Amino acid sequence: MPTSAPPALDPAQLHLEVDDGVATIWIDQADQRVNTISEETLDALEAAIDVVEGRADVRAVVFISGKDDSFIAGADLDMLRGFDTPADVEAVIRRAHALIDRVQHSTKPTVAAINGAAMGGGLEMTLGCTYRIASTHDKTKMALPEVQLGLLPGGGGTQYLPRLVGLQQAFQMMLTGKNVYPRKAKRIGLVDALIHPPGLHRAAVTAARQLADGTLSPERQPRSLTERLLESNPYSRKIVYDKALERAEQEGKGNYPAPARIVACVKTGMEEGLEAGLQREAELFSELVFTPESKALVSLFFAKQQGDKNPHAADALPVRTLGMLGAGLMGAGIAQISAANGIDVQLKDQDFTQAATGREQIWKSLSKEVSKGIRSTFERDVVLERVRPIGDYEALASADVVIEAVPENLELKRAVLSDVEAVVRPDCVIASNTSALPIAEIAEEAQHPERFIGMHYFSPVPKMPLLEIITTEHTNQATLATAYAAGLKQGKTVIVVNDGPGFYTTRILALYMNEALLLLEEGASFTEVDDAMEQFGFPMGPFELFDLVGIDVGAKITEVMEERMLDDHFSISHTAKRLADRGLAGQKTKKGFYTYAGEGTKLEKDEPNKDIYQHVPGRGSTSLAPSMVQERLALMMVNQAVRCLDEGILQSATDGDLGAVFGLGYPPFQGGPFRYVDQTGAASIVGRLKQLTRQYGPRFTPADSLRTHAENDTTYHG
Amino acid sequence: MAASSANGRAAVLVDGCRLPFQRSGTGYTDLTAYDMGRMVLKGLLHRTGLNPAEVERVIMGCVIQDVETSNVAREASLAAGIPNHVPAFTVTMACISSNQAVTSGVDLIRGGLADVVVAGGTETLSDPPIRVKRSVRKRLFKAQKAKSPADYLKLLRGLSPSDVLPEAPSIAEFSTGEVMGESADKLAAMFGVSREAQDEYALLTHKRAAAAQDDGRLAKELVPSSVPPSFDPITEDNTVRGDSTLDKLASLSPVFVKPFGTVTAGNSSPLTDGASATLLMSADRAEAEGHTPRAYLRDYTYVAQDPGAELLLGPAYAIPQLLDTAGLTLDDIDVFELHEAFAGQVLAVLAALDSDDFASRGLNRASAVGAIPMDRLNLRGGSVSLGHPFGATGARLVTTAANRLHEEDGHWALVAACAAGGQGHALLVERA
Repeated sequence: MPTSAPPALDPAQLHLEVDDGVATIWIDQADQRVNTISEETLDALEAAIDVVEGRADVRAVVFISGKDDSFIAGADLDMLRGFDTPADVEAVIRRAHALIDRVQHSTKPTVAAINGAAMGGGLEMTLGCTYRIASTHDKTKMALPEVQLGLLPGGGGTQYLPRLVGLQQAFQMMLTGKNVYPRKAKRIGLVDALIHPPGLHRAAVTAARQLADGTLSPERQPRSLTERLLESNPYSRKIVYDKALERAEQEGKGNYPAPARIVACVKTGMEEGLEAGLQREAELFSELVFTPESKALVSLFFAKQQGDKNPHAADALPVRTLGMLGAGLMGAGIAQISAANGIDVQLKDQDFTQAATGREQIWKSLSKEVSKGIRSTFERDVVLERVRPIGDYEALASADVVIEAVPENLELKRAVLSDVEAVVRPDCVIASNTSALPIAEIAEEAQHPERFIGMHYFSPVPKMPLLEIITTEHTNQATLATAYAAGLKQGKTVIVVNDGPGFYTTRILALYMNEALLLLEEGASFTEVDDAMEQFGFPMGPFELFDLVGIDVGAKITEVMEERMLDDHFSISHTAKRLADRGLAGQKTKKGFYTYAGEGTKLEKDEPNKDIYQHVPGRGSTSLAPSMVQERLALMMVNQAVRCLDEGILQSATDGDLGAVFGLGYPPFQGGPFRYVDQTGAASIVGRLKQLTRQYGPRFTPADSLRTHAENDTTYHG
Repeated sequence: MAASSANGRAAVLVDGCRLPFQRSGTGYTDLTAYDMGRMVLKGLLHRTGLNPAEVERVIMGCVIQDVETSNVAREASLAAGIPNHVPAFTVTMACISSNQAVTSGVDLIRGGLADVVVAGGTETLSDPPIRVKRSVRKRLFKAQKAKSPADYLKLLRGLSPSDVLPEAPSIAEFSTGEVMGESADKLAAMFGVSREAQDEYALLTHKRAAAAQDDGRLAKELVPSSVPPSFDPITEDNTVRGDSTLDKLASLSPVFVKPFGTVTAGNSSPLTDGASATLLMSADRAEAEGHTPRAYLRDYTYVAQDPGAELLLGPAYAIPQLLDTAGLTLDDIDVFELHEAFAGQVLAVLAALDSDDFASRGLNRASAVGAIPMDRLNLRGGSVSLGHPFGATGARLVTTAANRLHEEDGHWALVAACAAGGQGHALLVERA
């Protein structure tokens, strides 16, 4: 373009700096905490490439982020949500492809300098560069997480990644969406070199100059012999594709549309060439954007972002010290996530010896993280030292928040919390981690009920992302705000619900589990029920879940719920209590609906326990269609979720979706019970519930707002 | 100025000396820290003519401890003929261990607890203690109680062949796992110190050290030695490369951060064996005994930062703090003796001191502390050229600073050093 003026650069997206033959494109979106890829970004990058291509004094180009600790966080999800048709999406995808192609075929060598997160489109953009350098910053990580949103890497990832790192590593990254950290990235060839963050830009400029001079050429470690053999010809590659597909199908039970399409894109590209692969990628990506599964997953993503902000932050008191009552599995878990996030923990149990067993559990769990390379032994030591086992109450005087996780016994909880009230500061928040007992009942005899609140965690605490906070009519604002802040600091996604038997999550789970027991009593096989619900998308079936949480715990919850929901037309099963009374408690007794072998963290599910049928009316011989099982159990849960909203237990449908997915493992691809109703249509749900009511009784009576939405053809999420 | 007003309890440096420093694995390869410690202590006693019975405390710095001589100061002073009744203790604070030895002596003197203190340090990196793995050590411990062959066999159960491989200590930071050279490379990049600047500085320090060897300035501080097995005389530091050139330095590859790092073997301090010692007295006692003090040891400070972010930047924090305490500025300082862990680290410290940005970010000051002029800094070379026996460098810096005050006709000298753990030190020395 010798005569036309150079294209204008967009200062809101990036700026250009040229130093002795090397141009640096600093991507630094104005007023944004992180860079994302939008259509404006593509415009700006195209213009910047025009400029550097046109300048005779530029011999090589560096792409780097102007943000302190992130490269590019991925595509702008708001942009994706704004598209009306697959054709619109495809057009943008093809533009991104063209951009990578231009970078790759530029006469000037290009270097991507990655500091902080390079996610999705951000990472894909670097794949066209001649050379990639990553910093060793703690926050530097690379991933193609699209699959977690029901999408595929649409910025050329399915094509360029396998060509760079090989099929197996590429599938691993694209089908799991997991982060790759710098050292591994170097090892698998995703980046060519590493350096400390302050040296990154200079190293990239040096590399760019050397590439232009011809004194540096990317040296990629040859892959292992087996890898090369496996990927060298179409026949053995087919084995790799089939394996990847098989694994994806097995894990997703066929409920997730993205993995198979990722495999298809890679296969097309490898077998029919790059252009065919890119075309396929663009088509399939555009298709996925409009699937209900992807829409549900994207909406969950946004809902989670919302739950990760404290709306009451201004009223929160600082949370530096936590008093934890009970050093069992739950208490130690809460102590661990607190200590791991900088909170000092006074871990109290009946005596020092019992409290110390909690510290041992934390040490074991942290040591496992050390062996996986998640943290260093030094970091483990720092975290462990925050946990102080104690046998008496005095040390709680310093606590900002006290959480009790003692056995589910109303009298015991009241007694313990009254002891707590006697020693803590007046502004200390007192929380109960009960899974079912109403908080108001626990706080009934409290001197200061305004500082009582429920903080309901899910087991295993370090893994389960949800915290359900329960407020009573007395709970004051500072208490709620501080409990919320504590939950966020512990790394949890928080929902706030109103008090009631079982609150939200336990209530809908308990009635779902109850329905499973009723099925069992009617003669269904518990293994078939479990299979059906796994197929439906739950991580495990209800009976396996019974074993995990403890059949005795389930029985206790049933008792609590039954006493308090008398006026409901519920058929309550007492099978759980019967089993628990016979010593069948699940994993803790190594025998429940299944038998278990091994010890502690190495406990493994063995066989279905056929003896169960001696204790229930049914014989496990009635075979039911999986769809029938799914209908009864899922609609029981969905209908109860809606009732919680109607009764004011839930404050919003979004909370209901978050709580079910992150607390109970409700299938994420459905986006939660409310998203499921919206996608299926309230009228259809009401129809099916009416049918169930006719067959099984009034417990399936459709909730009020379901009928309203059905009549008006409206949705919960607008 | 309070700092310069001499009083009877002020601590003075009467004299200091050191063994010629030797690259590890060369002159002192068969010695232990204890051997070098006693040699340097005896050397100090000879030079000063001090009656060893007058010594009230011996303090030695040492970083890599030998379990056989864990209080190496005591063993070395006994072997040097310092009488049984003189207590001795060993201090450890990474590369500023003998700075801590010296300032501990200063404290004892100022506090009226002692009038005559010998402070120094000793280190060998030729023979770091190598341990067998924990799994083997535990078994060896139990083996003390084993009686029958069956007991011994039981101890071998579960032991894998790789367990018996020994473990050498690393110079990696315990808390972060980062090797010190990586930290230096990072620090240099943080302050925009180029490879070229580092190589130029390395060349300068070697040339200065070579010149000081040639004209005898360095020799005045040395206690020549002759040690087993050959007993050949060791009369000068064998770490100095006076014939180095920029081209030679530029041809070296980075050793810690490959391939784009900037710290090389050529612009780092080498692994070194050696020992140093100083004689400290109260001003009154020195006068009464007829010793002419070389210098007063005035204010000092220790600082500590995040070992992950700023492992070797200590002096940039310690120097301004110390100058403020004493009411001095960089312009008042005639002699600078900075420990050179790496050329890039020294230059980063200089850049930080001269940076407005660092002043406001790190020091909470409105403007930069100032520039340290190169013609007052390390004129006889530094740790990059003279070597760096971890536990012995601090006492070398103090002795050299005092001697330079006299030779260069200065009044104030400033000693500063960085250390593993993210710690740092600075000390003001006033000519007596």
